[in-house]
This record gives sequence, structure tokens and C-alpha cells, in this order.
Amino acid sequence: MNDRGKIIFGLVVFIVIMTFPLWYNIANSKATYRPEPEILTKGVPGKEQCVLPTLEMKEQHMNLLNRWRDTVVRDGKRVYASPDGRKMVMSLSHTCMDCHSNKADFCDRCHNYLAVSPYCWECHIDPKELPR
Amino acid sequence: MIEKALSGDKRYWRWLAVLAIVAFVGLLCYLRQLREGLTITGLSRDVTWGFYIAQFTFLVGVAASAVMVVLPYYLHNFKIFGKITILGEFLAISSVVMCMLFVFVDMGQPFRAANMILHPSPNSVMFWDMMVLGGYLVLNVVISRVTLTAERNGVAPAPWIKPVIILSIPWAISIHTVTAFLYSGLAARPFWMSAVLAPRFLASAFASGPSLLILLCLLLRKVADYDVGKEPVQKLAVIVTYAMSLNVFFVLMEIFTAGYSNIPEHLEHFQYQFLGLEGKRALVPWMWTSAGLAVLTLILLINPRTRSNETLLAAACVAVFLSIWIDKGMGMVVTGFVPNPLGKVTEYFPTAPEIAITLGIYAIGMFLVTIFFKVALSVKKTAMDAE
Amino acid sequence: MTIDRRDFLKGAGVAALAIAAKPALDIVTAATLPEESPLVGKRWAMVIDLRKCISRKNCTACITACHKTHNVPDFGNTKDEIKWIWKEGFEHAFPDQANEYPDEALKNAPAVLLCNHCDNPPCVRVCPTKATWKRKEDGIVMMDWHRCIGCRYCVAACPYGSRSFNWRNPRPFIKELQPDFPTRTRGVVEKCTLCEERLAKGLLPACVEACEEKAMVFGDLENPDSEARKLLAGRFSIRRKPALGTQPQVYYLV
Repeated sequence: MNDRGKIIFGLVVFIVIMTFPLWYNIANSKATYRPEPEILTKGVPGKEQCVLPTLEMKEQHMNLLNRWRDTVVRDGKRVYASPDGRKMVMSLSHTCMDCHSNKADFCDRCHNYLAVSPYCWECHIDPKELPR
Repeated sequence: MIEKALSGDKRYWRWLAVLAIVAFVGLLCYLRQLREGLTITGLSRDVTWGFYIAQFTFLVGVAASAVMVVLPYYLHNFKIFGKITILGEFLAISSVVMCMLFVFVDMGQPFRAANMILHPSPNSVMFWDMMVLGGYLVLNVVISRVTLTAERNGVAPAPWIKPVIILSIPWAISIHTVTAFLYSGLAARPFWMSAVLAPRFLASAFASGPSLLILLCLLLRKVADYDVGKEPVQKLAVIVTYAMSLNVFFVLMEIFTAGYSNIPEHLEHFQYQFLGLEGKRALVPWMWTSAGLAVLTLILLINPRTRSNETLLAAACVAVFLSIWIDKGMGMVVTGFVPNPLGKVTEYFPTAPEIAITLGIYAIGMFLVTIFFKVALSVKKTAMDAE
Repeated sequence: MTIDRRDFLKGAGVAALAIAAKPALDIVTAATLPEESPLVGKRWAMVIDLRKCISRKNCTACITACHKTHNVPDFGNTKDEIKWIWKEGFEHAFPDQANEYPDEALKNAPAVLLCNHCDNPPCVRVCPTKATWKRKEDGIVMMDWHRCIGCRYCVAACPYGSRSFNWRNPRPFIKELQPDFPTRTRGVVEKCTLCEERLAKGLLPACVEACEEKAMVFGDLENPDSEARKLLAGRFSIRRKPALGTQPQVYYLV
């Protein structure tokens, strides 16, 4: 094959370009970066524990919020009975944000890392972000 | 067979390039609309459907008009239409695609469009409209592909396609009836709530669609060296004549009912269209142009001597197309909102971005028509050479 | 170990199903929080005494209260305008009561207009996604702003002009953001929802509470002892466009 050199060169260039995100992040130590969300609001009475256990919330909070949304808006039922027997109002802006009030230090840390932009905040208001 | 669209002369590629540029400009305007919202259109709280939905309504009619060549050929063995059924089907596909694009750009939250499928609402005519339009698109894609492939291979198409083609005939009627039902079932809009709206839609569809087809056939003779013959064009012209006469008759029926009963709720809309209401007269010159063109077309088409003169026929077809485009598009859609249910007059006229997006979608439609017709003509010419 | 293509595909399909079929989240709801007692009614309606309303000239208390509570934007032009409740001259509010010689007091008097929460709502019938529906438990015609695709069919179908569309992003045009209620986003239709979120907390609708003349009475028509029913039994009332069969649930005492 006369073109063997050109073909192999082309293949190498292609592989380098296509795997750019992988080796660039490894080279810049960004591959080992893990987002660490922080809860900065301390001591909200009666709310030492989140709605569900942490691991379940990590996996399911999107599902939970979707189901809460449909239950409040479409079924008109506002009070959630959590598996551990507590009752709370199903509200992102209040029940969730009462404890996770620093959206930038908590929610946004993981969301920005994963390039996820939930559109909840186009309508729902984070009480802490109101202009003072 | 799509590879046949990839070979063409310089005029072909220049034409496609122009269309691509117009479509691109439309796309840029649409991106602006996505960012800023539909406020960049001329729509308002009182007039919530305008230019986009007007084009949608008109083009559903053009899409349905394929039945006017399919029905005689397949149901009644009218062999004269043999060279143009595929053109009618390809025109239908392009029109349905344009319809869907117009609905998409009109939506406030287009990326939630799947909600119509995830949460089906059979009580809503819009749900059914989406169903029948989608089905019609699938039908025409399947039919055109199967018949054209068979022709390319020099054999008869598989027999199972015949019932599918027969199905497309009532389906075509249904798409435009359902679109009319979007309007004619609304108690809130007395201008639209008329039993004759669906027949009127169908009549205007069968006038505007075939007249576009005639113009395309005459054009193909000039630019693509493809002659369907004089007879199919004349037969189509007869169809346009009858359909346009019916359409004008139906419009006059509506005007009589509103005018003679003198009920303000019904009459005020026609007053706005032809005389102006409370000093607002944006649509008046357009409606009189449409009426004048309609009269002109009837004179040219009913007289067999002018109808058989292809230059005059072409002029008549342009006039039919424009007259119905005005009357069924802006005329019908916008006037439904003027005056509003509280009797107040708010005018509407499309803005520049709105027109740019509209032209962009028309460019996409014409792009599709061009490449589809290129494919069809390549196949047909090869078949003709082989004879 | 060699497996053939068919078996591989079968195995992959089963694995995909197993991953996809995670147990769904169970949302169990409780009746109410202990400290709340919501207002409960089977068929909410509004009775508006026009005489009391027009006794106060240029009053817009109900409109201000509603639009503030619900973060309704003010764009400053009628093209993009959004209104949940507003005042309209009598002859425009009740065009089917066309009268060349009306009662002098009612002539040019403004009537307060809002969504009628019809018993037979045409907007609900036309919505292709069920983003608007009539609640079975209390008759409120509700909006789901998450589901609305912005087709504006409901706006075309409403005979009363009660619905507004967000032609642009409303946030910059809201004077005082109320954190207790969300705003809406551009591209969805909105209207009065009879303050269902306030009813759940045992509060009257904002407009009813704000009216100092007590011209607006909110009540359950299925309860024969409600003030609304008593008012309707004692005085002549009209509704907007009754001939259309929509059965509007906003009654006007003239």
C-alpha cells in the first residue's frame, strides 16, 4: 500500500482529536476533580435530616421533584408523608431551599460540573436570591 | 434514489444555494425568537394566532390536494395523470413538512412538543390534527417511495401498495377537515364557527393545490425538459375551475348569512375585512385584492378558450394561489380575532423577523420539492428513454 | 466462551430492561399539616356585586393584590400584556346585554373580569396536553405551567378573553418578586387559578380579601348555606355570554 503512511497518520490525528477531552483533563488534573456540594445553612429546627437518606437523594432527587411537582400541581395535594413518618410541604423553594439555601454552594456545584441546567429556576424563586 | 438529486446542472445548484441561504436567515431569526420569545412577532394578547398559523392552514390544503390527482388515476384508471401523481405526492410531503415547521415555530415551548404524545388528549382537535398529519406524511412517503422504486426498476409496484393508496384518498380529505375543525368548533369565535368552514377549506384546497401543480408542470417543461403533456394540465385546470367556483360560492354564502342576519357578532368580522372597523383597516386592501383576483380567475378559467391558452392559464393559476393564500391565510385566521370576544379591535401585521422565518420555512419546502422532483424526473426520464 | 449474535442481543435486551425497570418512587401524601385547615368546597364560585364595586371610583385594589401575589408582570404595553383580573366597561364585559338606554349608574361602569372557571370550559376541551383541566374536587379550572406547550389554542377557545400568553420573559418586569409563588416563563399561557394555593392554607382569594367594599363574595355553590348561594337567591344576577353554554361560575349582581 503506497498510502499506508498517510492513512496511519490520519488515523492517529483522528484518535487524538476525538479523545481530546479525556487526555486534556487527565493532563490538567481535572479528571480527578469531584464536585463537593456544601450545606451552609445550619440548625434549621426540625430539619436535621433531608427528605430521604443522602444516597437516595443523590440518585433520585430529580424524580422526587418531578413527582412532587405533579402531586402538588395536578392532584392538589401539598403534604408529603416521608418513609420515616415525617410530614412536610412539597415545595422546592421552601422545604428544600430552607436547608440548601446556598444554591451556588450546593445545587450548582454538581450541576455545573455535569453541565446540567434544570429549568426550575426560570419560574421558581430561590428566596435567598431575591434582591435585598 | 436520493443520489439522483446529487447530480444537476449549475442552475440547479444555484437555485438550491439561494434556498439554503434564505432558510439559514430564517433559522437565525428563529434562534432570536427562541431566545427572546414570540414578542418579536406582531402577535398580541388579542390576536394570538397570525402569520405562522395562516401559512399552516393554507399549506394543509395544498398537501391535501394531492388527492385530486391520486383519486382519478388510481380509483378511476384515469391514465392521463400517470406522469403527475408522483409530483402531487412529493408536493404533499413537502407541504406537510412545512406545516409541521410552521406549527413548531409558532409554539411557545416547542421543546415540550412531546407532551402531546406523552399525554394524549382525544378531546382536543389539535391532538387529532397532529395524528392525521403525521399519518398522511407517512402514507405519502411510503406510497411515493414504493411506486417510484418500482418505476425505476421497470416493474409494477407490489400489490399491497394499492390499498395504501386508496387509504390516502379519504385520509387527505380528513387532514383538511380536521384542520377546519380546529376553528369551526370554537363557540368563542363566531367568525370561524360555521358549518361551511370545512367544505370551504376543502374547496379552496382543491383549487390552490392543483393550480400550484399546474404551475410546477409548466415550469418543469421550461427548466427541466420534462413535458407532462397538454392534456393532464388541461384536466387539472378543469378541476381548479370547479373547485375555485365552489370556493367563491362558499365565501359568498358566509357573507350572505352574516350580512342578511345582521347579527353584529357575525357581521363585524366581515366589516373589518372589507370596510375597516373603528378606523382600523389593515386588511382591507388585501381582502379586496383577493376578491378581485378571485373574479379574474373565474373569468379566465370558466371560459374554455382562455383556459386552454397556457399563458393565460398560468396567470389564472397564480391568481388562484394568491387569492386563496390571502383569504384562507391572513384573511381567515386573523379576522377570527378581530374584534375580540369583548368587541374590541386590535390589529395585527407580521413583523420582519416573522416574515423572515416564514420565508425560511417556505425555502425549506421548496428545497424539498426541488430535490424530490429531481429524483422523480430522473426516474421518469430513464423510463421514458427505455421505451 | 462463544455466544452467537442472537443470544447476545437477547441478553443485552434483558439487561437493558432490568436497568430501566428501577422501582418507581412512591409519593405518599398526608391530608394536611397539623397547623393548617384549608378551605374546602365542592363548587367554588364568585359573586361580584357591581353596585358595591362601582361605588368606589378608580379602585384597583383587587387587581393590585392579585397581580402582586402571583408575580404577574407589567410590560407597559397592551401587546405583551398579561392580566389575570381587570376592569372592563359594562358594554364590553356584557356585549349580549346590548342596550341603548342602560341604567345610568351602570352606563360606562367598569365590571371586574376574571377567569370564570366555567362548569363546561371550552379551554379545557381544546388543550392538547391537559395542561389545563377542571378539578373534580372543587371545580377550579387549573393550569399546569410545566406542561403547557404554548400553542395558545385555549386562548382562541376562551369566549371571555381571560387568558394571557407570555410573549417574553416576565422576570425583569415584575416589580416586587413574591417568593411564595413562582413566576412563569416565556412561552406558556396563564390565567387566574382562583388562588388555589391560598385556599389550601385556609385563606380567601387575594382579590376577595383586598376588596374594601366587600363587593366580591367567594363561596361554595354546593353549600346552600354559603353567603354566595344566599346572595344569588336574593338578587338578580347575570353572567357573561350565558348563551354559549359554558356555565361560567362568576356571577354579577346588578
